[in-house]
Amino acid sequence: MSELHRKLERSAVGFVVAIIFMASIGGLVEIAPLFTIDETVEDAPDMRVYTPLELAGRNIYIREGCYACHSQMIRTLQDEVERYGPYSLAVESQYDHPMLWGSKRTGPDLARLGGKYSDAWHVAHLINPRDVVPESVMPKYGWLQRNDLRIDDLGAHLSAMKAVGVPYSDEMIANATNDAFGQTLPDSDFAEGVSERYGEETNIREFDGDTSRVTEMDALVAYLQILGRLTDAAYQQAAGNQSSQDQQAQSQQAQSQPLGSTAK
Amino acid sequence: MVSQLTPGERIAALITLILLAVIGLFMAAAGRADPLGAHGFVVLLSSTGLIFLLLSKSNGTPPDPARLLQYYDDPTKLGIILSMIWAVFGLFIGVWVASLLAWPDLTFDAAWASFGRLRPVHTTSVIFGFGGNALIATSLHVLQRTSRARLPEQFSPWFVLLGYNLFCILAVSGYFLGVTQSKEYAEAEWYADIWLVIVWVVYFGIYIRTLARRQEPHIYVANWYYMAFILVVAMLHIVNNLAIPVSMGHAKSYSAFSGVQDAMTQWWYGHNAVAFFLTAGFLGMMYYYLPKRAERPIFSYRLSIISFWGITFMYMWAGSHHLHYTALPHWVQTLGMSFSIVLLVPSWASAGNALATLNGAWHRVRDDATLRFMMVAAVFYGLTTFEGSFMAIRPVNSLSHYTDWTIGHVHAGALGWVAMITFGTFYCLVPWMWKQERIYSPKLVEWHFWLALSGTIVYVFAMWNSGIIQGLMWRTYNESGTLTYSFLESLVAMEPYYIARAFGGFLFLAGAVVGSYNIWMTIRMARGVPATPMDDLPVSRLAPEAGE
Repeated sequence: MSELHRKLERSAVGFVVAIIFMASIGGLVEIAPLFTIDETVEDAPDMRVYTPLELAGRNIYIREGCYACHSQMIRTLQDEVERYGPYSLAVESQYDHPMLWGSKRTGPDLARLGGKYSDAWHVAHLINPRDVVPESVMPKYGWLQRNDLRIDDLGAHLSAMKAVGVPYSDEMIANATNDAFGQTLPDSDFAEGVSERYGEETNIREFDGDTSRVTEMDALVAYLQILGRLTDAAYQQAAGNQSSQDQQAQSQQAQSQPLGSTAK
Repeated sequence: MVSQLTPGERIAALITLILLAVIGLFMAAAGRADPLGAHGFVVLLSSTGLIFLLLSKSNGTPPDPARLLQYYDDPTKLGIILSMIWAVFGLFIGVWVASLLAWPDLTFDAAWASFGRLRPVHTTSVIFGFGGNALIATSLHVLQRTSRARLPEQFSPWFVLLGYNLFCILAVSGYFLGVTQSKEYAEAEWYADIWLVIVWVVYFGIYIRTLARRQEPHIYVANWYYMAFILVVAMLHIVNNLAIPVSMGHAKSYSAFSGVQDAMTQWWYGHNAVAFFLTAGFLGMMYYYLPKRAERPIFSYRLSIISFWGITFMYMWAGSHHLHYTALPHWVQTLGMSFSIVLLVPSWASAGNALATLNGAWHRVRDDATLRFMMVAAVFYGLTTFEGSFMAIRPVNSLSHYTDWTIGHVHAGALGWVAMITFGTFYCLVPWMWKQERIYSPKLVEWHFWLALSGTIVYVFAMWNSGIIQGLMWRTYNESGTLTYSFLESLVAMEPYYIARAFGGFLFLAGAVVGSYNIWMTIRMARGVPATPMDDLPVSRLAPEAGE
């Protein structure tokens, strides 16, 4: 072996080729199959895409680095399921470019945050977390309420998402700016288009309580309120796990109370 | 720096800078409604600044041909200085973000100064600013010495060093502005990523061209590691950063991958950034400077081979241990765990090789803080790789993941191994580069050593405590079968450890400030004092080729 290596280390090109070959194997074996094996991501026919406002909120979540302290991935461990809710499924982040599973919980997991608190709570909490949770060490995000959200380019954002594989329709792309506006103004003419395109259950509210303009706060709260609610596949699976006797009935029951029981 | 360039190299530099300025102008115009515009100005200003410098220092006279008989070390010198600047800046931000977890209001009411934006500023400044500049500076030094050949020309090393720092500035200023991909340790956006690829190709070009000129038949071990660092980081960087920008006028892009595939790609990248940036590159450093300083040959050639190929092959499988119990398929988790455990063998082969090299030189370790830096680095390397293999075991990971234990593990590696080997190397290299007999003050090196070591130990112990307490509190049940602690209770329990951690970080920062002062005074000492005679010279290209 030493003799062979003595030869190899006399050739720069040979050495380069050897490094590339040796280093490529692991990634090819582990990553490539994830794109080809069908069971990797579950089916969820009810899964919807993010609305333009929610996507803008998600981009604020990314911009402010929220993922550095909050995970969005409930592991398959008893205590996590009891604390946060049903464990996360791969399908739940299939439209997440990039994923925000996170690696650290300085704050709690947010995978099932949607619907757990009121909009007003989120707004107060983001402006000063210590007003509602005195022991919190989260930063204040007061400027979100002061900043207008940029909505004129949301169509381009949706197109880029479409280019990487998210099924946005041409209609969604064309109406992106109006839909972002409409989602924060339930009484306006634009609101109807949002529920038409993204479903009746879409949250259409004045998220930050200020109807005069669309703020970054609106977008972020809209995003936080949809976390874990794009599909109820995880709840169906949890119901199925609880009782394997009659899965059909269980999942119907779960559907009849869509996401009713939120995580504790 | 300019006076050494030939007229041809000056023209190449000028054309490159003008092109860059045009790109900057284009970015500024296309991105005027976006943070991209600000970055356009950064590119424009830095390239016009360099054009001004180039023109003002060019006097038309070609450089002294005698320079070709010496190694080309000017980029290495600047690299060392830049590396120390990044170290102090990055560590300062680190102490700040650490303090924010104990005193969350210790900041300004401004977006740029919030924890989420500062945290990647800290990680990028220390990993890429401090670590990357140290790797570039030392690799160019080691490459020439072990090849006994001068760099092929003098333009591309400057392109790599300055271009790389432009990448770091774009990345870090981007986080302040809110420009981030959110991929940990790969947060920089698409245009900075493309720029880094260009810089990296030129860097590889320098390496392969200098090796082609080498006057030694064998390529030395240190260069294996530096080459693995350059090649594999390129692979990882390109694949993980595949993305589609919103438009040419937007800084924002959307990752080509989503969900579980994105998670696996990200941690394949993330873990191997640790492996090939923070391990392979710095092992290259260790394999050259430690034996040099100890004046002992490397203990075992065979161990070097085993550990090099072991690391190159096995690390690439280990990334999935970051995703235990997640929605990643179980078989991938199991593969990642298995390879992570086996990885201990090549890791300890390297650490053991380094420590065994010191046999017969332990009296020097006792007396010389520079060598002691390197010895402690090898010890921390061994400890951290053991801890890493341990934490990759699935049930252990169920406790440690998402907690501060991970942060403690990372810092044992980053402070104890990466930073210590770098400081030891710099204390060797600075007197050599500025032709001095010794560093300005050995006593200050001693101070730096103890500050760095105590800071690391305080930090790591604080994080072990907080991480394990956190992990246990999250999973504790009471007699009635419900969870005992709320999340908030686990957070409140962290406070003393967060204060201790900030203090440990402060000690480490203080050490880096002392070190920077010492290095700066050594450089000043070199002014006016005659250089010590040169005994390290490349084999003259004019002389008949010996050996082969």
